[in-house]
Amino acid sequence: MSQGIGATGTPSMEELERSPGFPSEARLRKGAAAVIECVQEIPCDVCGSACPSGAITLTSISSLPKLDEERCTGCGICIPRCPGLAIFLINLNYSKDEALVSFPYELLPVPEIGSVVKVTDRLGKCVTTGKVMRADEREGCDRTLIVSVAVPKEFAQRVRGIAPPRRK
Amino acid sequence: MIETEVAVIGGGVAGLVSAIESAKLGANVCLIDENPRPGGQLFKQIHKFFGSQRHYAGTRGFEIGESLMRDAQANGVKTLLNSYVFGIFGKEIGIVEKTGDQTSLRWIQAKSIILSCGASERMMMFPGWTLPGVMGAGAAQTLINVHRVLPGKKFLMIGSGNVGLVVSYQILQAGGEVAALVEALPRIGGWGVHAAKIQRLGVPILTSHTIKEAQGRDRVDSATIVALDKSMRQISGSEQTIDVDVVCIAIGLKPNIELALMAGCETMYLDELGGRVPVHDENMETTVDGVYVVGDCAGVEEASTAIESGRLVGAAVAEKLGHLPKEKAVGMRALNRSVLDDLRSGPLCSHRLRAKEQLVDYAETMKEDSQ
Repeated sequence: MSQGIGATGTPSMEELERSPGFPSEARLRKGAAAVIECVQEIPCDVCGSACPSGAITLTSISSLPKLDEERCTGCGICIPRCPGLAIFLINLNYSKDEALVSFPYELLPVPEIGSVVKVTDRLGKCVTTGKVMRADEREGCDRTLIVSVAVPKEFAQRVRGIAPPRRK
Repeated sequence: MIETEVAVIGGGVAGLVSAIESAKLGANVCLIDENPRPGGQLFKQIHKFFGSQRHYAGTRGFEIGESLMRDAQANGVKTLLNSYVFGIFGKEIGIVEKTGDQTSLRWIQAKSIILSCGASERMMMFPGWTLPGVMGAGAAQTLINVHRVLPGKKFLMIGSGNVGLVVSYQILQAGGEVAALVEALPRIGGWGVHAAKIQRLGVPILTSHTIKEAQGRDRVDSATIVALDKSMRQISGSEQTIDVDVVCIAIGLKPNIELALMAGCETMYLDELGGRVPVHDENMETTVDGVYVVGDCAGVEEASTAIESGRLVGAAVAEKLGHLPKEKAVGMRALNRSVLDDLRSGPLCSHRLRAKEQLVDYAETMKEDSQ
């Protein structure tokens, strides 16, 4: 069976590692960095102008975004700016045992800070639990929130969201 | 009879931008739309648009709609709303205008006509397709985002183009559940990022699957899906029946070309552009002098290409009417075209560039023949 985003709708690890927006393990060990999961050449360059440090560049509107690992400060403003909701942030040095994974969030209700929630992988499957450390909207991000969850370090490359909270 | 220099038929994103652009350059413009307000599909698009800043990327669709309406007003575009165009007779446009319970007949005479009539959803027939609860994904999107009504609790989505993927996400945002998304082809039709975001929320995407039938007495209460082999034949024994109360169909769009046909425009069949489309030259002028096409009715594409083509056609019309000097028009067009070429590049969009080139080549051949 063929793999990859075109066949399954989820980028494969090979596609991610090959793409210029995916930070190296060495970079992630140094601290928070953007993880760009945009592996198809679609005509969009919003991330390029969203980064205040100039760490995301594109050679043309349909090229893949390239992450300059040294320039990326891990501020996370690219997360809610990407219209494809395809940018995440991983901080492997969050605590001794935990990593902080941040992702865009556009659902209601907003998860409660401090709550322990089921965290999910790229297929929406629950992999473990994590603690919500942040859920906020930055200025000008028009209702796309950044949600951050603290998870055991070994899950940092798997966790990409939380199970949507049930509505009352 | 109302007289105007430019009549724009259809106030979606392409029509609005064309009207604004030609009015900005000094033309007298009348925009006609059958709805109570213009904006076309923009007001049901609650997601952030793709593209570049030049095409309002990163802004939610309905906010682009509000901003374009303000621009149209500021530039003196006249709008005729609740007005159905029933025919084009030379340069005369017949309109039925609805005011309350009254309807009245009106005529507009225009020097140039821009057709921006959009596209319609393709439908699909299967046993049970007439049951209430089976609807176009666009219809579900209108109910949810414009009328604030969630038409069911559990949805089955047919088709993995951007419409099917984006509407699935919006159903989840509105509190509905998407039991599955099925796609007859072995690959996903729309953009990966849209597919990835619904998968992260747990929606299964089943490629090489289609709907076999919808069941229910008074409305849909379940649907049977089936796997397809390489020749797109149903694999017997692979049926699965799932409880759903809505089946959304998102198998593609086809350009609305009825008015272009009535005006006498030549057409060409191009699968890459959604089917039969009016032949047009580099300025979007059809084979009928002074009649232009823009947006999805000239080939189904993205909002960003509709915006850029709108600017191109607005300037082309203004030039033809003598409002824009040729030297200036040439520079503007060169920019529009290079931006359009960029938007139609890359492995996912370059087939559209080739299709558009075929249309333009055919238009040029026809011009040479008639000379």
